[in-house]
Amino acid sequence: MAQETQLAPEVRSRYEAVIGLEVHVQLLTRSKIFCSCSTRFGDPPNSHVCAVCLGLPGALPVLNREAVSMAVKAALALNCAVNPQSRFARKNYFYPDLPKGYQISQYDEPLAEHGWLEIDSGEQMRRIHITRVHLEEDAGKSLHEGFADSEEKSYIDLNRAGVPLIEIVSEPDLRSPEEAYEYLTQLKTVILYLGVSDCNMEEGSLRVDANVSVRPSGAEKLGTKTEVKNLNSFRYLQKALAYEVERQIVVLEAGGGIEQETRLWDSRAQKTLGMRSKEFAHDYRYFPEPDLLPLAVPEVWREEVRRTIPELPRAKEARFESECALPKQDAKLLAASPATANFFEAAAKLSGEPKSSANWILNDLAFLLQEMGKSLEDSPVSADQLAELIVLYRDGKISSKIGKEILRTMARTGKRAADIIAEQGIEQISDSGKIVAVVRDVITANPRQAEQFRSGKTATLGWFVGQVMKATNGQANPQKVREVLEKELAPR
Amino acid sequence: MDLCALTISEIHSGLGRKQFSAEELARAHFERIEREDSAVRAYLSLSPERALAQAKKVDAAIARGEPLAPLAGVPIAVKDVLLTRGLPTTCASKMLAHFIAPYDATAVERVEAAGALVLGKTNCDEFAMGSSTENSAFAPTRNPSDLTRVPGGSSGGSAAAVAARLAPIALGSDTGGSIRQPAALCGVVGMMGTYGRVSRYGLVAFASSLDHVGPFGRSVGDVARLLGVIAGRDPKDSTSAGVPVPDYPAAMEADVRGLKIGVPKEYFNGLSAAIGDNIERGIDRFRKLGCAVKPISLPHTDFAIACYYIICTAEASSNLARYDGVRFGYRAPGFSGLREMYQKTRDGGFGPEVKRRIMLGTYVLSSGYYDAYYLKAQRVRTLIARDFLEAFDDVDVILTPTSPIPAFKLGERMDDPLQMYLADIYTVTASLAGIPGISIPCGSTRDNPPLPVGMQLLARHFDEARLLQAARAFERAGGFEAA
Repeated sequence: MAQETQLAPEVRSRYEAVIGLEVHVQLLTRSKIFCSCSTRFGDPPNSHVCAVCLGLPGALPVLNREAVSMAVKAALALNCAVNPQSRFARKNYFYPDLPKGYQISQYDEPLAEHGWLEIDSGEQMRRIHITRVHLEEDAGKSLHEGFADSEEKSYIDLNRAGVPLIEIVSEPDLRSPEEAYEYLTQLKTVILYLGVSDCNMEEGSLRVDANVSVRPSGAEKLGTKTEVKNLNSFRYLQKALAYEVERQIVVLEAGGGIEQETRLWDSRAQKTLGMRSKEFAHDYRYFPEPDLLPLAVPEVWREEVRRTIPELPRAKEARFESECALPKQDAKLLAASPATANFFEAAAKLSGEPKSSANWILNDLAFLLQEMGKSLEDSPVSADQLAELIVLYRDGKISSKIGKEILRTMARTGKRAADIIAEQGIEQISDSGKIVAVVRDVITANPRQAEQFRSGKTATLGWFVGQVMKATNGQANPQKVREVLEKELAPR
Repeated sequence: MDLCALTISEIHSGLGRKQFSAEELARAHFERIEREDSAVRAYLSLSPERALAQAKKVDAAIARGEPLAPLAGVPIAVKDVLLTRGLPTTCASKMLAHFIAPYDATAVERVEAAGALVLGKTNCDEFAMGSSTENSAFAPTRNPSDLTRVPGGSSGGSAAAVAARLAPIALGSDTGGSIRQPAALCGVVGMMGTYGRVSRYGLVAFASSLDHVGPFGRSVGDVARLLGVIAGRDPKDSTSAGVPVPDYPAAMEADVRGLKIGVPKEYFNGLSAAIGDNIERGIDRFRKLGCAVKPISLPHTDFAIACYYIICTAEASSNLARYDGVRFGYRAPGFSGLREMYQKTRDGGFGPEVKRRIMLGTYVLSSGYYDAYYLKAQRVRTLIARDFLEAFDDVDVILTPTSPIPAFKLGERMDDPLQMYLADIYTVTASLAGIPGISIPCGSTRDNPPLPVGMQLLARHFDEARLLQAARAFERAGGFEAA
């Protein structure tokens, strides 16, 4: 197929991609949105179900207040206007994992509208507009594989049915797969900061669909869009969008037209495949949910929720840059997740050394964690333990080289830095008397090099430092060594 | 003493004086059902174990000298669209023919908490869709006044049970007249409270924005007592109202002199003399009681049937989607694949009227038709509600016939759904407006045997006490036998 050929860059550059994302986020409430069943993930199938979430005859939904609070929090953090009154609607379709035969969602009167999220599009910051944020219930899960009789049967797990979701719909403001990736990253970071979802893509608590079209660069009119589904990782998102954009350009270049349809990303084939064309599109027959009253979010409630919004990543990043004098790139990395930011802030505060804390976290600790296959959340070295190490280093008790080794031991054993130093006797030698003795020995042993230095070849100093460090197993304070050497080597 | 002919207060005075026990009351009713119900077919299933166990508890409480709960020892029939834990709840449908309810509807829970003895589940039109109880998947119920005629519907089994003294009181459901119309056709009292007055939790949904649970009885007092027990806020139903529940049996005894009664002219156009003459005599009785009777107009009445059948079918098409053969209820045998399982299950499990309404409702919600049908119907609904609000500026109660016709012959209207829908013409307006309504017996026709005629009284939202007051005054002034 023509689509598999690489598109020539000059052809690609004649087109502009237009992308909008629909992101579903599972809220971290303890109970489901319309009943009191637990939302816990990973329990035996159908262990968290009741008359309401099973869709039994006669059962009625009762809205979970906490779900609304969390949704409002997300909407406010995404700069949306929260509607004082919104309404639930039924989205009707048949599927075995949809117990009632309809999903309770929101349609023409959503919870919140007209928001935006700022993304870093490389050279400048761009505002991506958010059309709406609405609340809905999740469906259950169909299990088509993994059972002895999977050939002829499918199984259904309704633990997830009724778990609260928010759907965040962006305007078609994204202009490249990279921007879509950046938007989703930023969105996830904000949601994680708010603590309203764990955004775990593998467990399905963050799900993404994309609307994709292309148009000639500079054109106003939007092209026909396709909806791309099954984008269940950040990597797939970027790949699938890149593929779909190219596919559309190839079709148009060949004089064809884009069909409005739903396409599925097939990660094995690395392509999007047509799933459902417009003629077969579902008619969801939305109508207002008569079992629930309109949802009122009065100002008092809204403002109460607003006060619980923590400092968000952009603000934190800016503050790290200005307050802690960190380079922009470091500030960004540290603000990239609440776990990292919290870890950094704790270490910086306890050690009083923000810059040094940033370096240790982003370099040595990050490297170590990666090696161990761990993340900062389950770091074996806590922020206060790291802070102790940083203080020891600052006070000249250890060299940076020894420090790295101590960190490794800390991670392995869980011991505190001071204890490791005491046990191994590897405290840095800063005592002048001890250093002077070693320096004199080294000079005596190397008269030729000492003569060279005295005759003006000052570069030899580095060589002398190395010798002294070697003689002290790296424990001597290099700064001190340098000072003593300069004095001892000085022509007398 | 005929234990099956008593009112609640007569039952309570008899229990109090140890003239009979609750157990004897229950047994007397089961014996009568055994004797009479093969002709009437009011009940779909009986629950003697549950009723007798409850009766023993009541008798033990009486023996201990405890005060009587509001419905202590009172047998009750429950329409088979209300869930009763551990008992069949079929909705008179093949779809739920073997469905055993896993929980109790709030109304059922409340009547049992108040001491009532659940005798069994009563027949109805399938999923409460119909006006004659002929749409039951099992058997039609017959009108106790004339066994060749229908009891009305959809709560025909509950109305017939009360009329035939197979239970002193009953629970029914009313979406467009399903309590009031059968009450009229069977000659008993039936009431629909304000929308939200009684919890819908555990009532199998037909049209959620119109569904009500309500009482039947042979006297206004019994209906007042039963309503008082089931009314009030239920946290399990978001649409149930927190408005305080008055003491209805006390409130109904208030004097009606000076009460302003409006008679809407739209409800008398082309009305047969058989009904009209009785209603006129009923109006006269209110005049004699010192009420001021005024002609009024409810101008949007003509649109009510169309509006009602769009909204109720739309909601029904969605509410009945859950009967898909996946988790409970009927699943058709011999299918290949999911689509065919759905098709065969829903084709085999639902009767023709239910299918007709699902199709109508699916159509009116479809994209491209939604605005022209559903949205327009919602606007008309608002206008109909406004008609009532404006009328209630001038009057306290509105009086109309309950049904344009008395009980009709079985089979007479089955082939003409539109004629059947028109049987609801006087009852759907109040359902759409969400206001309370009551039907009380008001004379009878000159047929042989004579057929009961029902009079409907309507009041403002949450003004049930006023309805009961007017109904009680009417009853006290001359009884229900002849108006």
